[in-house]
Amino acid sequence: MIQNIALLLLFQLGGELASRGFGLPVPGPVLGLAALFATFIAVPKLADRMRETTSGLLSHLSLLFVPAGVGVTAHLGTFAENGLALAAALIVSTTLAILAGVWAFILTAKLTGATGDD
Amino acid sequence: MTDPFELWSYLAEEPLLWLTVTLAAYVIADRLAEALKRHPLANPVLMAIILIAVVLTVSRTPFQAYFEGAQFVHFMLGPATVALALPLYDNLGRVRRTLLPMVGALLAGAMTAIASALGIAYALGVRGEALLSLAPKSATAPVALGVSEAIGGEPTLTAVLVILTGITGAIVATPMLNAMRITDWRARGFAVGLAAHGIGTAHAFRVNSTAGAFAGIGMGLNAMLTALLAPLVIGMLF
Repeated sequence: MIQNIALLLLFQLGGELASRGFGLPVPGPVLGLAALFATFIAVPKLADRMRETTSGLLSHLSLLFVPAGVGVTAHLGTFAENGLALAAALIVSTTLAILAGVWAFILTAKLTGATGDD
Repeated sequence: MTDPFELWSYLAEEPLLWLTVTLAAYVIADRLAEALKRHPLANPVLMAIILIAVVLTVSRTPFQAYFEGAQFVHFMLGPATVALALPLYDNLGRVRRTLLPMVGALLAGAMTAIASALGIAYALGVRGEALLSLAPKSATAPVALGVSEAIGGEPTLTAVLVILTGITGAIVATPMLNAMRITDWRARGFAVGLAAHGIGTAHAFRVNSTAGAFAGIGMGLNAMLTALLAPLVIGMLF
């Protein structure tokens, strides 16, 4: 498990160094994700070895958002001023984005014949 | 018996207290969500945040003091983002077969998320930093914070907007897509992941494992696209 966590951190670190070193617009952890994905394709055994650790971490993904979410208490001033407008923008925009995504997915799947699941 | 003030100042200085409070609040919120039969409105992240906010208010603890302890949990967002490589790899076959639908959904969803958020907020009178902070709201937290900083937003406000977006997506998605009778789990998961990042993905994994895997992919791809699109859109508009 420690080996797997070390690997995750190593990929994140590599991503951060590449992102900051080259001034890339893509954040470090996302570059780390892409690099680890490429490594799994090259070394399939590694994916099996890391499965338990990664699925343990991902099954508690919600928890990791709690500390930043509590930050809402530090921004009550902004929300008092713009709260209704920001809430309306968030709710309507998120709903529209889900609808646009679902419809575009289904439409493109129909057009390209990529319907049905395995 | 030690002076209770001394005891409190010790606890307030150490990460132990707020780390414990964060995990305990989450466990309570998750049990509560279970007891409420995972009703969409009973979102565990939202309930845990409310519980902790109450504790902070009652104990008169400033957010910064809380976050110093809870940052160990927050830090794990980075490794968790890297870990999304595994569900992506496990679904490689499906990803290859549905590459075009994913590209179509990604472009439509990412543009809608950024443009509609900015448009609605601007129409309702939001200006300046608060408006810019809104642009990357559908991207996962570590990405959105970086984007917000780069385009002149306020990263801590973006963090809050990102969380609220995720909670909104997790609450809205299942009832809305059920009502529309959309049964394609790939499309449902992918759209929720791209619009509502990790919180939407966590929700999708609980609803259906295929939806969860596609949500993880949607979240990862949208993180990359938002990092590229948000500065472009902001540059065109302002």
